[in-house]
Amino acid sequence: MVKEDLVRIGLEVHCQLTKLKSKLFCNCSSDYRGKGPNTNICPVCFGMPGSLPVLNEKALKYALMIALALNAKISERMLFYRKNYFYPDMPKNFQISQYDKAGGMPLATGGRLSLDDGKIINIRRIQLEEDTGKLSYDGTIESSSTTYIDYNRAGIALIEIVTEPDMNSPKEARLFLQKLSSILEHLGLCDPNLEGAIRCDANISFGGGRRVEIKNISSFKEVERALRFEITRQRNLVSKGIEVKSETRHWDDVRRVTFSLRVKEEEEDYRYFPEPDLVPIEISNEMIQQVLSEMPELPEARKRRFMDRYGLPSQTAEVLTSRKALADLFEKSIELYPNAREIANWLASDLLAYLADTNKEIESLNVKPDHFAELVRLIDDGVISRSLAKSIFIEMVSTGKMPSEIVKGKGLEKISDQDYILQVVDKVFKENERAVKDALMNEKAINYLMGCVMKESGGKIDPNVVLQIIRQRLDQIRSVR
Amino acid sequence: MKSYILELPATEIIDKIKRQEVSAEDYIAKLFEKIEHEEPRIHSFITLTKESALIQARMIDRKIKTIKDGEKLGRLCGIGVAVKDNICTEGIRTTCGSRILENFIPPYDATVVERIKGEGGIIIGKTNMDEFGMGSTTEYSYFGPTFNPWDVSRVPGGSSGGSASAIAADEAGLALGADTGGSIRCPSSFCGTVGLKGTYGLVSRYGLISYGNSLEQIGPITKNVKDCALLFGCISGHDPRDSTSLPYPSKDYTQSLIDDVKGLRIGVVKEFFGEGTDEVVAKYVWDSIKSLEGLGASYTELSIKSLEYALPTYYIIAMSEASSNLARYDGLRYGFRAPDKNYDWNTVFSKNRRLGFGLEVKRRIILGTYALSAGYFHEYYLKAQRIRTLIRREFDQTFKKCDVLICPTMPILPFKLGEKVKDPLEMYMCDIDTVPANLTGLPAISIPCGIHHGLPIGLQIIAQIYREDLLFRVAYTFEQNCFSVNG
Repeated sequence: MVKEDLVRIGLEVHCQLTKLKSKLFCNCSSDYRGKGPNTNICPVCFGMPGSLPVLNEKALKYALMIALALNAKISERMLFYRKNYFYPDMPKNFQISQYDKAGGMPLATGGRLSLDDGKIINIRRIQLEEDTGKLSYDGTIESSSTTYIDYNRAGIALIEIVTEPDMNSPKEARLFLQKLSSILEHLGLCDPNLEGAIRCDANISFGGGRRVEIKNISSFKEVERALRFEITRQRNLVSKGIEVKSETRHWDDVRRVTFSLRVKEEEEDYRYFPEPDLVPIEISNEMIQQVLSEMPELPEARKRRFMDRYGLPSQTAEVLTSRKALADLFEKSIELYPNAREIANWLASDLLAYLADTNKEIESLNVKPDHFAELVRLIDDGVISRSLAKSIFIEMVSTGKMPSEIVKGKGLEKISDQDYILQVVDKVFKENERAVKDALMNEKAINYLMGCVMKESGGKIDPNVVLQIIRQRLDQIRSVR
Repeated sequence: MKSYILELPATEIIDKIKRQEVSAEDYIAKLFEKIEHEEPRIHSFITLTKESALIQARMIDRKIKTIKDGEKLGRLCGIGVAVKDNICTEGIRTTCGSRILENFIPPYDATVVERIKGEGGIIIGKTNMDEFGMGSTTEYSYFGPTFNPWDVSRVPGGSSGGSASAIAADEAGLALGADTGGSIRCPSSFCGTVGLKGTYGLVSRYGLISYGNSLEQIGPITKNVKDCALLFGCISGHDPRDSTSLPYPSKDYTQSLIDDVKGLRIGVVKEFFGEGTDEVVAKYVWDSIKSLEGLGASYTELSIKSLEYALPTYYIIAMSEASSNLARYDGLRYGFRAPDKNYDWNTVFSKNRRLGFGLEVKRRIILGTYALSAGYFHEYYLKAQRIRTLIRREFDQTFKKCDVLICPTMPILPFKLGEKVKDPLEMYMCDIDTVPANLTGLPAISIPCGIHHGLPIGLQIIAQIYREDLLFRVAYTFEQNCFSVNG
C-alpha cells in the first residue's frame, strides 16, 4: 500500500476576469453567457485577416492585483507568446498566451498561498491569456456528426495560475481552490459563481509514478471527486503491477470517471514564439505601487481584523472570510446589532449548514443583514429561546421573512409572557408534588421539573427564564414554610 | 478632356480636380478606359471597383461645387488609388493573391484605406500580388501573373507587382503596396516607380493581412517623389488599433521636398554591391552618387559586416511568423473550402490548406514551422533574432558616419517571366539589398535612376528611423536634377 503523502497534485487554474467589461484584445463585450452563438464577435476576436490585438490595460492591472495577492514576483518586462496548434475553437489557430521558457516572460512567477493548517502551496507562474471559443455537439462528442462552434467566448481575458505539485491529497486541492477563490472574490475580479468562470486541470502522480493530467474539471467539488477517482484507479494499477501511463484524461462528471483522451508520447510542440503584434510591456515599480494602493482587503487580513476587533475565535473568522459574501453579511449585520460573536456563530455554523443541505448560494437567499441582527436581538432579549431560534432561523432563510414576523405568525410571542410561564409552572408543580418536595431538598431534582415545564410548553420557552421562575417558586414555598 | 491627364503626377491631377478644370467623374471614367485597355496586356488588378469609384467621384464633384467656407477638400481629393490586395477593404474582396481567400470580403477597412477615403481618395481596385506577399516577381498569384509594362515578357517585380505596374501604366494615380522584405521597392525598381517603406510603426498595419508582422509596412508606390510624400503623409501617423504603431503624429511630408543636398554625407556600403550585382546596375547607381556629389553631397565607402547574414536571418524570421499567421486559413470561417463529406476536422483543415495554398506559400509555411519547432527554435529563430539585433547595432554605428546610405534597390534588371521560379534560392537572393531595412525597421525609398535598354533601374536610399524627411529631400533633389524619364 502506497502512503497518501506519495500523491503529488499540481493544479492549473483558469480564472475569467469577470469584472472586465470587454475582451482581452478588443472592445467586444465580455458578457457572453446566454448570448446567441457568434453574436459577440468582432474582426479582432474572430481572428479576421488583417485584424490586430490591442491589450486591454485594465486586464493587466487586474492580473497584477491577483499576482500581488498571491505574493508572486512580478516580472519587470512581460511578453506575450503565440501558442500554435490547430483546433476548431481557436479563430487564429494560435492562442495569445505567455510562456516561461525560451526567453518568455510571464506576468509573475514564484507565488505562494498558505492553507489554514499552515501548509504552503507554491505557485509556479501567473499569466494572462485569451480564452478560446466553445464547441458543442448533437448529443455526445462521440456520436455527433456535427460540431457547432460559438466564438463568443473567444478572446475573453483569463488568468492562468499554475501551482507546483505541492498538494498531497484531493482535499488539499479543494482547500487550495477554495482559498484561491475567496481571494479572487475579495479582489472583486472574478466571480467564481458564474458558470465556467473558474476551470481547472489537475496533474497527479502516485508513488513517484508517471504524471497524469485531468482536463476540464468544472467545479471544486468535482476536483476532489476526480482526484479521488484517479488515485483509486492508479493505486489499483500499481497494486496489480501495471505501470501508470503518462496521459491526458477527461473527467466525466456524470459518470464520475476519468477516461483517456490521449497518451503523451512526448511533449506537444506548440511552437511558442513572441507575439509580434504586441510590444513587450514594461511593468514599473510605480505601476505596482499604484495597483497596491488600490487593492481591497484580502481574506487573510480580514480574518485577522475579525479576530482582533470582534474577538472572534480563529476558526470562526476563518470560516467567515472563506466567502466574501459571508464576511460581508457578517459585517453588515453587526453594524445593525453589535453582538458579533453570536451573529458570527449563526452565520458560520447554521447558515453554512443550511446552504450545504439545500445546495444554495448565499446570493440566492432572500435574507439581508437585518434578518440576522433581529434574530440575535430577539434571543438576547429573551423573547425566543435558543432552541426555538433554530427553527425560526430555518424558516427565515428559506422564506425571507423577518424573525419577528415568524414569531408573531405562530403565536409564539406568548412564550416571553411571564404569566404564561407561571401558569405552566404552577400546573407542573401541582401535578408533581413529589418532585417539588425533592427539589426543595436537592438542587439536582430541579432538572426534572424543568423538563416537565419544557414538555408542557412544547419547548417554546426559554429554559433560562423557566429555571429562574422555578427557583422563584421554590423560594416562595420555602419562605411560606 | 485630354487623355494626357492620366500621365500627370497625382498632385497635379488633384489640383485640377479641386480647381474644377476636370471633374473627378470624367477623370475616373477616363482612368477606367485606360485600365480596360491595359489590363489584357499587363494584368495589374485582381478586382476592379468601377461602379463604386464613379459614385465616389460624383460625390466629390458635388462636394467641390457646394463647398462652404472653412470646409476642406481632402488632400487626395478625387484621385484614383489602387490598393494591394492584402490590405482590407470593406465590402471589396481581398484575396492576398490566394485561392484560400478567393471569395473573402472583409467587413472592415484597413486604417490606411480609411485615411485615404477620409482625404477624398477613390479606391479603384485591388492589385495583383505574389500569394500572401511571398515572392519577388508577382508570378505566384493564384490569379495569374502581372507583366512588366516596360516589357511584357518580363516580371514587374514583387510582391506588390500589380500596384507598381498600375502606376507605371497610368492605370492609377497613386497606389499602396506592402513591404516585408522589399515588396514595395523591388517592383518600384523594376517598373520605374517611386516606392517607400517607412520607419516600422509609422504606418498602421491594422487591416494589412500579415505575412511577417515584425518586418512589414504598408507604403506608397507613385509616379514621382512628390506624390510619394503626399500619400505617405496621408497614411502615416499613430493608430491605437495597432500596438506596434509609434506614438508619432502624421506629418505633411511635402514640406520635406527641398531641392538641396549640400553638405549631405552619403554612405556607400560595399556589401550592398556584392556578388551577383549586375555591372550595369552598379554603374548606374555609382553615376547617381557622383551626380549627387556634383550637387554638393559627399560620400564615404563603408562596410557592414553583419549584412552577410541578413538574408537567412530575414527568411527565418519571415517564414516563422508566416507559418503562424497563415494558420488561421483553414477554410472554416471564411475563404476557400474544399467540398467535404463528414470528415473529421483534421482532414478538413488539411484538405482546405492543401488545395487553398500555392507552392511557395506551402514551402514557407513548412520552413517556418520547422524553424519554430522544439529543438530548432534556439538554433534558428532565436539566433536569427540575435543577428537581427547585431545588424541593427551595426547600422546605428554606420549612421554616425553618414546621413543616408545609397545602394541599388535590386541587384539585377527585370528578368523574364519563369526565369527564376524554378530556383527559389536564386529568387531569394534578389532581396539582398532590400531586406536590411525590414530587419532594422529603417525607412528606405526606391527611385528610378536610369533606363537601360528600355528597362528601368532603381536606386535605394536608406536613412535612420523617423528620417523620411531626409529620404524625400535626397530623392527629390535627385529627381529634379539628375534624372528625367524621357532622358
